Amino acid sequence: MKQSGKLPRSSLGSLVLIAAVLGGGAAAFAYSAGWLSPGRLTPGRMIEALAPPGGAPPGYRRNHAKGICFTGVFEANGNGVELSRAKAFAQGRYPALGRFNLGTADPNAVDATVRVRGLGLMISPAEGEEWRTAMINPPVFAVSTPQAFHDLLLAAGSKNPEAMKAFVGANPEFAGFASWAKTAPWTGSYAEEPYNGLNSFIFTNASGTEHAVRWSLLPSAKPIPVSKAELDERGPDFLEQEITERVRTAGPQRWTMLVTVADPSDPTADPSKAWPQGRRTVEVGTLVVQRIEPERDGPCRDINFDPTVLPPGMRVSDDPFPAARSSVYRKSYDLRTAEAKDYPRNKAAKP
Amino acid sequence: MTNAPDRFALLQRLLHWLMAVCIFVMLFIGVGMVSTVAPKYLPLILIHKTLGVALLFLVLMRLALRLYYGAPPLPADLPRATKVGAALSHQALYALMIVMPLLGLGMLWAAAYPVVLYGGIQIPALLPQSDGVHTLLWNAHFYLGFAFFALVLLHLAAGLFHALIRRDGVFEKMALFRLPGRTAP
Repeated sequence: MKQSGKLPRSSLGSLVLIAAVLGGGAAAFAYSAGWLSPGRLTPGRMIEALAPPGGAPPGYRRNHAKGICFTGVFEANGNGVELSRAKAFAQGRYPALGRFNLGTADPNAVDATVRVRGLGLMISPAEGEEWRTAMINPPVFAVSTPQAFHDLLLAAGSKNPEAMKAFVGANPEFAGFASWAKTAPWTGSYAEEPYNGLNSFIFTNASGTEHAVRWSLLPSAKPIPVSKAELDERGPDFLEQEITERVRTAGPQRWTMLVTVADPSDPTADPSKAWPQGRRTVEVGTLVVQRIEPERDGPCRDINFDPTVLPPGMRVSDDPFPAARSSVYRKSYDLRTAEAKDYPRNKAAKP
Repeated sequence: MTNAPDRFALLQRLLHWLMAVCIFVMLFIGVGMVSTVAPKYLPLILIHKTLGVALLFLVLMRLALRLYYGAPPLPADLPRATKVGAALSHQALYALMIVMPLLGLGMLWAAAYPVVLYGGIQIPALLPQSDGVHTLLWNAHFYLGFAFFALVLLHLAAGLFHALIRRDGVFEKMALFRLPGRTAP
């Protein structure tokens, strides 16, 4: 038994050891948190780079901030079963919920000013079988890596006229997207757009066979090219008004879901690189959009269209974007839900 | 208490050290995963969720063992304030071990995320989506995580203080092995 209050002679060394253990633990923790690595690309830095010059409007998504909700069904024709055992591909009709949106961080953007249009989708065949995806209308993504996307945001937001030139020089893959943005015809409707998943995923079927795939939604509505000048004359929210009116008067709008299967040599890690023409495609079903609702009180508002929410039979590939998107979307969701009072609902709070 | 055991039961000690390692891993993964956009984000978050749910089961087991076996008494010569501090910090550790996984699950439910663990294990949602509840639980999970880490460091410091400086046998009560040349007093 030691006499209380009296410390043995060796205690100085022991105290130093204890301090070293604690200091080392705290330092390792700080390193894990990124506090010692200011260069680390964090979701917070990505969201800062996304913010428009006046700062991100509170309560809204940090990108694709302007959007409108839809509900409907996904009609699976059963053809997808050969690729993936996901229940969403077994023949049947499954609830679908989604959001048409614009690729801008400004929820009040004028529709005709935004080049990229998107569609977020959640198909819910059963509990545990949820499939979320967020797709856009260009045929290739703008850049090869999340870091390059961050660089693009900084360059595009820079006041230095050389910044974009320098970015394009360092990221030649941007040319594919830039040429689409410059030459592809605009349309006057969300219903006339194709929406492309762009990221590669791995599908596993019931017998365990794996395929790398990408998916797209192809519109049944015939795209009617409209000049940018003509769109500029339409109202700031013409896309939302048009889709609401179209579904109300012309009825449900449809898209065919097409899954493209990669050859083993195709690049899966780079969404800026299209796969060669002639790859095998499988029509797996039809998205039917039956009802449009404003986002403020709509069902899509509560949903983070995180592309890594995948059912059994689908998983991420070596494409680095789904993980980066998941991380950043989650941060965006955390921020906007905390700011919900700045984007108040019209209805009373849900029970 | 007469006939008090001189150290924790073997099962209690095993569980303590297993959970110690897991909790350390959880805290580091937690703070790391929210600060990266790299592909490792997905496996980290999967491990965090899976280990979190596993730890919830382990702490309930631990609590049952503690109630069944009790704990060996602290040395009689330990100052009263230290004894109170030890009791409070241990209660806080238990509270955090129970509450952290529940907050984590709750914040995922309130954000309408499906909770899927390693191996495809599904945890059904017990809360509806709610911006307010999500924010409340998220904040609690986040800030209590830092408090948890601080408390773990304090606990570690206290354990080492007993083992290396006071050498009063307190550390040995939880040690997996009896240290050579020492016996619990």
